[in-house]
Amino acid sequence: MSEDILKLSSLQLDALREVGNVGAGNAATALSQIINRKIDMTVPQVSIMPLGDVPDVVGGPDAMVAGVYLRVFGPAPSSILFLLPRDSAFYLVDMLMGRSQGSTTSLSSMDESALMEIGNILAGAYLNALSHFTKLTLLPSIPSLAMDMAGAILSVILIQLGQMGDHALVIETEFTNELDGVKGHFFLIPDPGSLNTILAAIGVKE
Amino acid sequence: MMSELIKVGMADYKVGHNPASLISYGLGSCVGIALYDPISKLGGLAHIMLPDSTQARSTENPAKFADTALPLMLEDLIKMGAAKTRIIAKIAGGAQMFTFTNATDIMRVGERNAEAVRVVLKKLDIRILAEDTGGNYGRTVELKLENGIFRVKTIDKGEKEL
Repeated sequence: MSEDILKLSSLQLDALREVGNVGAGNAATALSQIINRKIDMTVPQVSIMPLGDVPDVVGGPDAMVAGVYLRVFGPAPSSILFLLPRDSAFYLVDMLMGRSQGSTTSLSSMDESALMEIGNILAGAYLNALSHFTKLTLLPSIPSLAMDMAGAILSVILIQLGQMGDHALVIETEFTNELDGVKGHFFLIPDPGSLNTILAAIGVKE
Repeated sequence: MMSELIKVGMADYKVGHNPASLISYGLGSCVGIALYDPISKLGGLAHIMLPDSTQARSTENPAKFADTALPLMLEDLIKMGAAKTRIIAKIAGGAQMFTFTNATDIMRVGERNAEAVRVVLKKLDIRILAEDTGGNYGRTVELKLENGIFRVKTIDKGEKEL
């Protein structure tokens, strides 16, 4: 059996969900403070799915999304991806730049920097909580932004996982601000070898 | 009459005959390879993720790799009645979606995928008639089996027919 992630117990999955919960809670608070609005978050989903199904989480491979991608360095290398539907990305930029909602229809380089900074802050908040919880020192790379088809953006991560197997372990949280119609998906996707390190750090390795 | 639209997912390939079309959505660093026989109007579309199955730990799905997907798809087409000497290829994809100053090997996988596809097709003695690879943007590709047109759609780099 080449794929360890298919053998995780429900205890281990619950523990990973809790990891996602502390990280996402911290990140949602940070986001809420930057845009000065209430942010709701869903209970993190821990899913093990075929690689090709991952883009369906955000509306299918041809859905238009903005993606901020960061690598996570340290003892448990991972990828972080913050994906927003295109309109949500524009609304978020409106809020950050103090424009009236609906005025952003394409991104200037300043707008792009603002979105990358959001990704940076979310990832920092998430990893901070995660580091505290696991006692692993996890550091984010600089962020990189792409506005494109969901499948194309996710392929960056899925290809890395594809070397080891045909399934992805995805820890995913949805952030929403109902009033302004902003929603985003925050993904933490551990590199294949990192999962055991995380499980061991939280004390649920077999 | 609406012709059938056959979807090809990531790490998969499909074959079909006129009047169907084969489509694959949202290629990033992956490469879409269309093989087409203009006389029998049979064709196939592969959506490969990685260049080389010998470098990977999991090789349960041969459609994931350039070196294993293409010979299988070619074999399927020949079984259906396509003539190998008439089959041509058109390829698209292999982008680098995110730019980092110190791009590691894995970041350049798009480039490596496209190169692997060229090498495998050369080995199979199949001519590449057209290609649209590289860049930093996603592509949706569609092969029309009626005429062999390979349509490449992007979000804001327009649409082209290869």
